[in-house]
Amino acid sequence: MPEFTILGAVLASIVAAATPLLLAALGELVAERGGTLNLGVEGMMIVGAAVGYATAYGSGSLLLGTAAAVAAGVLLSLVFAGLAIWLAANQVASGLATTILGLGIAGLIGSPFVGTRLDAAPTLHIPGLTSLPVIGEMVFGQDAFVYASLVLLAAVGYGLARTRAGLVLRAVGESHAAAHALGHPVRRIRTLAVMFGGACAGLAGAHLSLAYTPFWASDMTAGRGWIALALVVFSAWKPLWLLAGAYLFGAVSILQLHVQGFGLGIPAQFLSALPYLATVIALVIISLLKRGQGAPASLGMPFIPDR
Amino acid sequence: MRFRLERQEAVSGIGVLVAPLLALAATLLVGAIMFVVLGLAPLPAFYIYFIEPLTDPWTIQELVVKACPLLLIAIGLSFCYRANRWNIGAEGQYVAGAVLGSWVAIATQGTEAGPWVLPAMLVFAAIGGALWGLIPAFLRVRFGASEILTSLMLVYVAQLGLDYLVRGPWRDPGGFNFPRSVSFDPVATVPLLFEDGRLHAGIVIAGVAVLVAAFVLGRTLVGFSIELGGSAPRAAAFAGFDEKRVTYGVFMVSGALAGLAGIIEVAGPIGNLQPAISPGYGFTAIIAAMLGRLNPFVIVPASLVLALTYIGGEAAQITLRMPFDVTRVFQGTMLISILAADVLVRYRLRRVEGAAHA
Amino acid sequence: MRKFISMAVALTAGLVLAAGAPVAHAAEKLKIGFIYVGPVGDFGWSYQHDQGRKAVEKEFGDKVETTFVENVQEGPDAERVIEQLVRAGNTLIFTTSFGFMEPTLKVAKRHPKVMFEHATGYKREKNVATYNAKFHEGRYILGQIAAKVSKTGTVGYIASVPIPEVIAGIDSFMLGAQSVNPNLKIKIVWVNGWFDPAKEADAAKALIDQGADVIAQHTDSPAAMQAAEARGVKAFGQSSNMITFGPKAQLTSIVDNWAPYYIERVKLALDGKWTSTDTWGGLKDGEVQMAPYTNMPDDVKKMAEDTEEAIKSGKLHPFKGPIYKQDGTLVVKEGEVLADKDILSLNWYVKGIDDKVPGQ
Repeated sequence: MPEFTILGAVLASIVAAATPLLLAALGELVAERGGTLNLGVEGMMIVGAAVGYATAYGSGSLLLGTAAAVAAGVLLSLVFAGLAIWLAANQVASGLATTILGLGIAGLIGSPFVGTRLDAAPTLHIPGLTSLPVIGEMVFGQDAFVYASLVLLAAVGYGLARTRAGLVLRAVGESHAAAHALGHPVRRIRTLAVMFGGACAGLAGAHLSLAYTPFWASDMTAGRGWIALALVVFSAWKPLWLLAGAYLFGAVSILQLHVQGFGLGIPAQFLSALPYLATVIALVIISLLKRGQGAPASLGMPFIPDR
Repeated sequence: MRFRLERQEAVSGIGVLVAPLLALAATLLVGAIMFVVLGLAPLPAFYIYFIEPLTDPWTIQELVVKACPLLLIAIGLSFCYRANRWNIGAEGQYVAGAVLGSWVAIATQGTEAGPWVLPAMLVFAAIGGALWGLIPAFLRVRFGASEILTSLMLVYVAQLGLDYLVRGPWRDPGGFNFPRSVSFDPVATVPLLFEDGRLHAGIVIAGVAVLVAAFVLGRTLVGFSIELGGSAPRAAAFAGFDEKRVTYGVFMVSGALAGLAGIIEVAGPIGNLQPAISPGYGFTAIIAAMLGRLNPFVIVPASLVLALTYIGGEAAQITLRMPFDVTRVFQGTMLISILAADVLVRYRLRRVEGAAHA
Repeated sequence: MRKFISMAVALTAGLVLAAGAPVAHAAEKLKIGFIYVGPVGDFGWSYQHDQGRKAVEKEFGDKVETTFVENVQEGPDAERVIEQLVRAGNTLIFTTSFGFMEPTLKVAKRHPKVMFEHATGYKREKNVATYNAKFHEGRYILGQIAAKVSKTGTVGYIASVPIPEVIAGIDSFMLGAQSVNPNLKIKIVWVNGWFDPAKEADAAKALIDQGADVIAQHTDSPAAMQAAEARGVKAFGQSSNMITFGPKAQLTSIVDNWAPYYIERVKLALDGKWTSTDTWGGLKDGEVQMAPYTNMPDDVKKMAEDTEEAIKSGKLHPFKGPIYKQDGTLVVKEGEVLADKDILSLNWYVKGIDDKVPGQ
C-alpha cells in the first residue's frame, strides 16, 4: 500500500522538522513564564549548532558535542541575563544584540569546518515496531533529540503545573513585586529560567548540526529561532499548546513541499506563506475561544528592587 | 559584598555624556581582547571602524543615507512602544509601503505623467504601510490576538508577496525574466539633494518626521494619551482616552512611517522594485528606538551610531580583510556595551552591606 | 564656492597623482576587490567565487592584492560597498551576484578608470564586463544519467528560485533525460531561496517519499545530498563536489569553477589589455566542471563521458531542435539550436514536464 508508506514517511518528517522548533520554544517558554522575553533565541541556537558540530567533529563523540552545544547556549544566555536581568536593560534590544553576537561567534567557530561532515545521530530501530504501517516510523524511528524534546516537554509541563519550583517561577513572572515581598530572589530565579532557555536553544541547534543536516554552514538555522519565539506566543505559554503549535507548523511546512511535488502549479510564495498565515489564523481562533492571552503579567519588565 | 542598582531621579547632563564614553571604553576593551585573540592588531582596527568613516565627507554622507530609513522607522516605533504596543513587524510595513508606492511608479512608467507621481507614491506608500500595520492592531482590538506575534508573522507574508509580484506580474518585460521591476522614471525617483553623491530628499522627510514626532509626543494631548495608555491603562480609561483608538493610531503612524521609509529606499538608492529591498531595517530600527529611549531627538544619534557599526564593519572587511563574522561579533559587543552603559547612567550602582535579597 | 572647492580637489588630486605616478608604476600591485552575496562559508555559490579569488592570489603572488566583502545583501547596501571597494584603491572589481547589476553600473559610471566584472547580468558598459557559466550544459548530462539510473522512472528536482538560469537548467536536464528515456517523470519542488539546509533536506525527503530515486538540486547546501545518502537513493551535487556528503549517493556534481576566468581577466588587466566583454563559458572552457562519475554502471559512465566530450567539442548542443513547449508548439526546429539570448531569458518548460513555471 504505497499511500500508507507515504503517509508514514510524511508523519515522521513532520515530527522531525518540528523538533528543533519545539526544543527552542520550550526553553523560551520557561524564560517567559519567569517574566523575561529573550529575543536572542536565534543567536543561542546557532552558537549551539556551531559549538556542537565543532566539538563532535573534534572528539568524535555526538554526546560530547551535544553537551558542548547546551553549555554554549547557556553561556550566551548568561550574557543576555547579565544585561537584561541584572542591569535591567531593555529586553527587546538586549535580545537582538545577543542574536547579532551569537551569529558572529558561531560563524567564527564554524569557519574551519566548512565542507566537512559528520555521520548523523542514529535513529531508533525496534524490529517489528518501527516498520508498523503509518505510525511506525513516526513513533519508533526518530533520533534521540526527538525523544528528548518530548521528555523535556513533559517535564516542563509537570514542573510548571505541579511543583513548588514551577509555582514560584510563575509567581515571579506574574508579579515580581509580590514575589519579592514573599522573599523570593526574583533575579536569580529569572536568570535560571533564562539559562534553561539557553540550554534548550543550544540543544535545538545541536539537533540541526548533528542530526538533521549533520554539517556546518554559516547561518544554517535560517530564522528558526524567530519561529520558535512566535510559537511561544502562539501556545499562550502552555506546554501542550506548544506541542500542537510546533507540530502544526512542521506539518504545514512539510506538506507544502509535498503539494508542490504533485505539480499543482500553486505559486511557491503562496505555499511558503502558508505556515505564517496559519499561525495568525490559529492565534485568532485561540484568542476567540479563550479570550485573553494568558501572558505572564510581568513579561518584558525589568525588576529593580527599590530598597 | 553586594551591589545594587538604584534608579536616579533625574539623568544628569554629565551622565548623558558619560554613557557613550563608558560604552566606548567597554567596547574597546572587549574588542581589543577579541582582536588580540584572533591575531589582529587592535589599534588599526579601531581606527578603521570608528575614526576613518568620520574623516571623509563621502562616508559621512553614506552614514546619513544608511541612517535615514532606520530613523524614519524608529520614530514610528517610538509611538507604538510608548503606548506599550509591541509592533515588531515594521519590516513588513516597510515592504507593504514600498509595494503600494511602487505600484504608482510602475503603472505610470513610460507615460507622460507629470511631477505628481512622486508625491502620489509617497502617499500610497504611507497608506500601504499603515494598512499593513492596522492588521495586527485590528486583530488585537477585535480578537485580543497578541500583536507581537501577528506583526512578526506578517513580515514574512509581506516579503513573500513582494517576491511573488517581482517574479510574476510586475517583472520587467525587457529584463530577461529576471526578478526585478522596470527602472523607475525620473518623475518617480526621489531627487538627490546635491548633484554628486547619494544624499536624497528622503533625509529631509526624516528630519521633518523627527520634529513633528517630538512635538506630538512631547507637547500635545495625543502624546500624553499615548504615554498614559502605555504606562497606566486604567488611569487612561478614567481620563476618557479610548484604548482602541490609541492602538489603531500608534500602529497607523508607525506603519505609515515604515512604509515611507520603504518607498524612499526603493525610489531613491535602489531605483526599482526587487526581491531584496531591506537589509533588516525594520528590526535594526527596534534597537535604534530603544537606544534612543523612544525620544525622537535621541533616536537621531542612535540611528547614526548603528549606521556607523555597519559602515565601519564593511571598511574593516575591505582594508583589514577582517572576516564578516568578526565585524558581527564586534557589532554585537558594541550594542551590548551601549545598552549596559546606558543603564549604569540611569541607575547608580551602590555597594550594600549585609544579606539583602538580590 | 562649489566650483572653487572642486578645482582645489582636482588640483590636489593632480599633484598627488603626479607625485605618486612614477613610483607607483614600478611597484604597485593590482588591487582586486570581490563582493559576495552570501557568506564564504555557504559551501555553495559564494564559497566557489572565493575559491576563484584564492586561485588568483596563488597564480599571481605579490603582483596582486585581493580583498572581499561577504554577505552583502542585493538591496541598498550594495552600491555603498562597491563604492567603498573603489575608494580603498581596488581597480578591478568582481560583483558576483545578479542583484548587484544596477549598483555596479551606478558606481562604474562615477569611476570610468576602474574595471568592473559583473556575474550573471546582461547590462554592459565600457568599463563593465559581464560573465556567466553555461551550467545547463552540465545539467543535460545529469538528465541522461538520471534517466539511465532511475528504476522508478521518477526523478526529484529541488529548485531554488524561478529565474532563467534555473528554468533553463530544468529544461536542459529534461531534454537530456528524454534523449535516453522519453517517459521519465520529473517532480519539481521550489524551496524559494538559495540557502536553508533543513528545508532543502525536507524537500529531498518529500521527493523521495513520493517515489523519486534520483535527486537533482539547484540549491547551495549539501543537505539534499546527505538526505539522499541516508535514504539510500542517488543524487547530483551542486556548486562544489559533494562526494564527502554522499559517498554512496553522488553520481556526479556540477562544479562552478571560476578560477580560469578570473585568472584570465586578471592577466589581461595586469597587461593593460582589459576590455569590456561578455563571456559565457561552459564545459569546454573549464568554467563548468563535472565531478568524477561515481556510483553508476560502467556503460552509464561511458555515456556521460561521451556526452561531455560531445558538448566540449561542439558536436552536441543541449538545446538542439526539435524542442517542443509543454503545449506542443515547436520552438526550435530540427537542425537548429536555441539562441544564447533565448536561453538566458528562458521562462517556459519543455514538453514532458508535468508542472507549471511559477509566476507564469
